[in-house]
Amino acid sequence: MEIPRLRILRSRVFTEKIIKSINKLTKQTNKPVKFMHVCGTHEHTISKYGLRTLLPKEIEVLSGPGCPVCICPAADIDKAVELGKRDDTIITTFGDMIRVPATKISLAELKARGADVRIVYGPNDAVKIAKENPNKEVIFFAIGFETTVPLIGYEIQLEPPPNFSVICALKLIPAALELLMSQSQLRINGFISPGHVSTIIGLKPYEIFSQGYKIPNVISGFEPNDVLLSILMLLKQVRDKNFDTLNEYSRVVKPEGNILAQRIIKDVFKPVSSPWRGIGRIYDGGLVIRERYSQFDADKKFDIKIEKSQDIPPGCSCHLVMVGKLYPHECGLFGKECTPINPIGPCMVSMEGTCSIYYKFHKR
Amino acid sequence: MSLKKESLNVIRLAHGAGGILQEELIKFITKNIPFKNVNNGIGVEELDDGATIPLNNYEKEIVVTADGHTIYPIFFPGGDLGTLSICGTVNDLLMMAAEPIALTSMIIIEEGFEFEKLEKIINSMNLIAEKANIAIIAGDTKIMPRGTLNEIIIATTGIGIKDKNIKVLDNRLKTGDEIIITGSIGDHGTALMASREGLNISTDLKSDISLLLEIHNAIKYEINNNFIHAMKDPTRGGIAAALNNWAMKSNVSIWIDEEKIPLKKQVTAICDMLGLDPYNIASEGRALIAVDPEHSRKVLEKIKSTEIGKDAEIIGEIKTQNPQRVFLKTVVGGTRFIDMPLGEPIPRIC
Repeated sequence: MEIPRLRILRSRVFTEKIIKSINKLTKQTNKPVKFMHVCGTHEHTISKYGLRTLLPKEIEVLSGPGCPVCICPAADIDKAVELGKRDDTIITTFGDMIRVPATKISLAELKARGADVRIVYGPNDAVKIAKENPNKEVIFFAIGFETTVPLIGYEIQLEPPPNFSVICALKLIPAALELLMSQSQLRINGFISPGHVSTIIGLKPYEIFSQGYKIPNVISGFEPNDVLLSILMLLKQVRDKNFDTLNEYSRVVKPEGNILAQRIIKDVFKPVSSPWRGIGRIYDGGLVIRERYSQFDADKKFDIKIEKSQDIPPGCSCHLVMVGKLYPHECGLFGKECTPINPIGPCMVSMEGTCSIYYKFHKR
Repeated sequence: MSLKKESLNVIRLAHGAGGILQEELIKFITKNIPFKNVNNGIGVEELDDGATIPLNNYEKEIVVTADGHTIYPIFFPGGDLGTLSICGTVNDLLMMAAEPIALTSMIIIEEGFEFEKLEKIINSMNLIAEKANIAIIAGDTKIMPRGTLNEIIIATTGIGIKDKNIKVLDNRLKTGDEIIITGSIGDHGTALMASREGLNISTDLKSDISLLLEIHNAIKYEINNNFIHAMKDPTRGGIAAALNNWAMKSNVSIWIDEEKIPLKKQVTAICDMLGLDPYNIASEGRALIAVDPEHSRKVLEKIKSTEIGKDAEIIGEIKTQNPQRVFLKTVVGGTRFIDMPLGEPIPRIC
């Protein structure tokens, strides 16, 4: 079943048909348009398949703050680093996270100096490590958006062993989109919305953009033809001055989302005003663990004092790049002090960080 | 202390993963070596698969390669550390267009390692050495106290011989050359990743580990006549590292057609799942071969007639414009770069 579907979603024949329609609509629209996606995986698809090279020059696809690695505040990484320095501690986290520079050192450097920092593929692996190491404190450094949140909530509901706890740096997407809307200089003509997040939250949270802000919105899948089709659906709305929340990824995303997952999120976490690296504090932009599960909250369990943390190092422009205000090559550090090998800002770290991708395409 | 300086203080795992960091490490180690070659042969500076020692008054030169082998797990689907150490050594010699003659093997073992496991590894070494018709002529063993080494590592030196006038080198790619890959890519690295603890991916995927001898023999005529300009086995860093290496050293651009790259569907699926790029992932029984375009069809036919080369394809060509870069025409027709991998492939979250 999967294979013929993949064949269509990655087929050059279909791509050519979609591009033909996009070209036609672009002529009819007769103005440059800017669409923004807010998902690392969308940027991955766009870059991996070279989709920008297929689009007419009138269509610009901006990369928004859609990488949980990039927007994780330095203070949270500092916390993980501080805890990781203790002899009795194992820090577990997702692969991308360990290279991100924080105020002083990254988790990768901490690991190289002998601390026990382990890459896991999910919070269940971290719980397993906690069970296998009852004499150690096993801390899961939790980053991610709505997609990842239920998995972590579920593990907490299951009553993990007492030596397990979570640094909660989880964030919520719709709040960030709303913040972007309020930045008038951006003039975005449409959002390519993240399919994974929408699988959990459904379509409703996006309606404010189409109805309130009059910005078309298409929930998109992650294959190359998904993204191109979503761009076509956005263009059509721009031409017809129609503003809807449409679902291109209907084979996965249900309008109501995943109710069970939504219940888990609600039970374990509560939304709070929360800092995003480079963007600032966003109202309802993040989650904390509710009081009833506080024994698994590393913030409550350990008394960690973080001295002044530094999200954006001097000279770094990640905060402007992340919201589409500046192109990476316009930053003074780009390609000089700041490269993928020695990243200074967070956007140069993750494979999906905008600067890292630009480095590949415009530098050397 | 600045962030950057602090991060340069220690060796990280990524320094061994075949990417840019590894190149930096090698430069750091080799920059002050007083004598870097013998009789103006290929020396350490070329960073090729091996070195050559031209013999005065002879048509021949000696080819020497050095290789350290570590792997986790040491027994993996399709082979083990023993298979890897001999295949790796022989293949390095073959990629320099040499006839393998002999190798030395240095085995370093952690205290407490079981004899039964060692026996298995030695048996694999002997089996492959016999197949490759290569002698194991010297060796050494060291035992390290428990905890100072993870199980076992093997270091080998390969010795081969070749005609002085055969030049199969990383810097010899020419505009118009066509590039052949001898089989599906990324099988080894992906199979290993899937078999690692904690991933629980059940798959019948096996490492592609094998000797490239059969292919070498099939195209000997073209090698001897210098119709083959370069050969490389895409091990650590995958074809991305190998192709970028060529593009840099030969000052050309390489254009690859994604549709032509043989890729097993299990590899695609596992890499998609883990967010890995199969072009960065190691193969242990494949070769990239750059051929004069007049002979590429013939060479492809000959490779396809062998057992391990039956899935071979011409996947790209060499151009002059935009030198030192590798371009990919993607399956949907877009264009992007294939970049030098940065470090160890790690699964993504977003």
